[in-house]
Amino acid sequence: MNVFQGVQRLAAEIGFSVQLLLLTIGRLVHVPKRRVQLAAQLYGAGNKVLHVVLLVSFVMGMVISLQTGIVLAQYGQQDQIGIVVAVTMAREMGPFITAIILAATVASAIAAEIGTMSVSDELAALEVLSIDRTSYLVMPRVVAITLMAPLLTIFADSVGIVGGAFVARSQLGVSPALYFDSAIEALQTPAQLIGLPKDVYGGLVKSMAFGLTVSIIACASGLRARGGALGVGNATRSAVRDSIIAIIVLNYFLTWLFYQA
Amino acid sequence: MSETKLESGPVELPEDVCIRFADVHKSFGPKTVLSGLDLDVRRGEALVIMGPSGTGKSVTLRHAIGLMKADSGQVIVEGHDMAKISSEALFALRRHMGYLFQEGALINWLSVAENVALPLVENTDLSRSEIDDRVREKLDLVHLPNVWDELPGEISGGMKKRVGLARALISEPEIILYDEPNAGLDPEISSSINELMDEVQESLGITSIIITHLVSCVRAVADRVIMLDAGSVVADLPPDEFLATDNERVMRFLGKDPD
Repeated sequence: MNVFQGVQRLAAEIGFSVQLLLLTIGRLVHVPKRRVQLAAQLYGAGNKVLHVVLLVSFVMGMVISLQTGIVLAQYGQQDQIGIVVAVTMAREMGPFITAIILAATVASAIAAEIGTMSVSDELAALEVLSIDRTSYLVMPRVVAITLMAPLLTIFADSVGIVGGAFVARSQLGVSPALYFDSAIEALQTPAQLIGLPKDVYGGLVKSMAFGLTVSIIACASGLRARGGALGVGNATRSAVRDSIIAIIVLNYFLTWLFYQA
Repeated sequence: MSETKLESGPVELPEDVCIRFADVHKSFGPKTVLSGLDLDVRRGEALVIMGPSGTGKSVTLRHAIGLMKADSGQVIVEGHDMAKISSEALFALRRHMGYLFQEGALINWLSVAENVALPLVENTDLSRSEIDDRVREKLDLVHLPNVWDELPGEISGGMKKRVGLARALISEPEIILYDEPNAGLDPEISSSINELMDEVQESLGITSIIITHLVSCVRAVADRVIMLDAGSVVADLPPDEFLATDNERVMRFLGKDPD
């Protein structure tokens, strides 16, 4: 494939995903009718990834605490470690870790599930039965993951901060009381929206945007799957790859929007 | 029949013709699948389409229900030109048509009963008990009264096709399309599917188009048989004449020696 074909294909994929996003927004009026599927998807998305999010966030909090703690200790500033871990988790690592885990687990599962339906004529069957696949398949998954991502991020932030406290206590000699006091203080920056500190709501808004992006890309990859098991494999791979790229690019723009603009 | 009457589209067709393919061409990249297909499907008949693999049988069926669009030529279903039909009209038209996919195409996470009920749950305002009655009636019709709560993964290939047929029939269609209903089945199950199609045809008096490779299916169900080769019709005969024809292409397909 030459560069021109690659760009053409990328444009087609982005166009399809944007079209699917718009169609999904149009089907939000069907949420009450789809509440059973929505509840199932919410449960599935949360249940599948919560333990992974908790484990990874805990360890990530420990890593941040250790890495920055060593540098801060060189300047006698290790007491500030609670601030660093709390702000890093809330602004960046909590939403990012959650989104990456959602991409690797839920997005791949969605792409495989819808992709299998596509290659086994189940999507054609829905069409023949006059059932709107966007309303029936896509919208419940997108809404569920968009709502579940910030919830998981709250867990990720909390557990990551706790993980950092362990390292602060054991490696840097910072007491938990001092660590948590400074962490809580750091998250209470003056800019407030709906009662939440900016670092917290900024991270949660990011997380929602990541959840929406990951779920749309996953559904779009599944719907485009063609050609048997190979096609399903390709759909799954492209769902994870494209989700991760989109998360990283989107992360830059959202960070700019919240903290620079 | 369906709750709402099927309204004819703007294109005039003879009274006894419900589907017309007129000079239909279809290619996938360099591969030509349909090359000038001309075919009328008569109301109430059981039309069997035979032919070697890759000659456009399934593609023909998919054109008839609007899953594919012709590159050129016209596909007219109940007066609707499928190239110009609006999505609302297509939605309404499909509610009067049933389609049995090769593997049944059941939704994997729904039980047998939920699969069969799906078109009614999604497209009608019928009550739960009315839907359950209809599902029970159709599962009885396909001789599967005891698989209500089974998942598609828990039943055999033959049973999946029967469930697929029950789902295709639940909206009481006027036209039903069968895509290789006997494929992959042992002779006993295949024969029972033939009997079932014949039973459905007899009891409901609907129009059926059946794609098959099996002579047993022709004998059991067909009112008329056509053979497709290289994307066009090479034989169009009543079943007895089709099986006894001296058409060289048909004889070769049926495994007879033309000499």
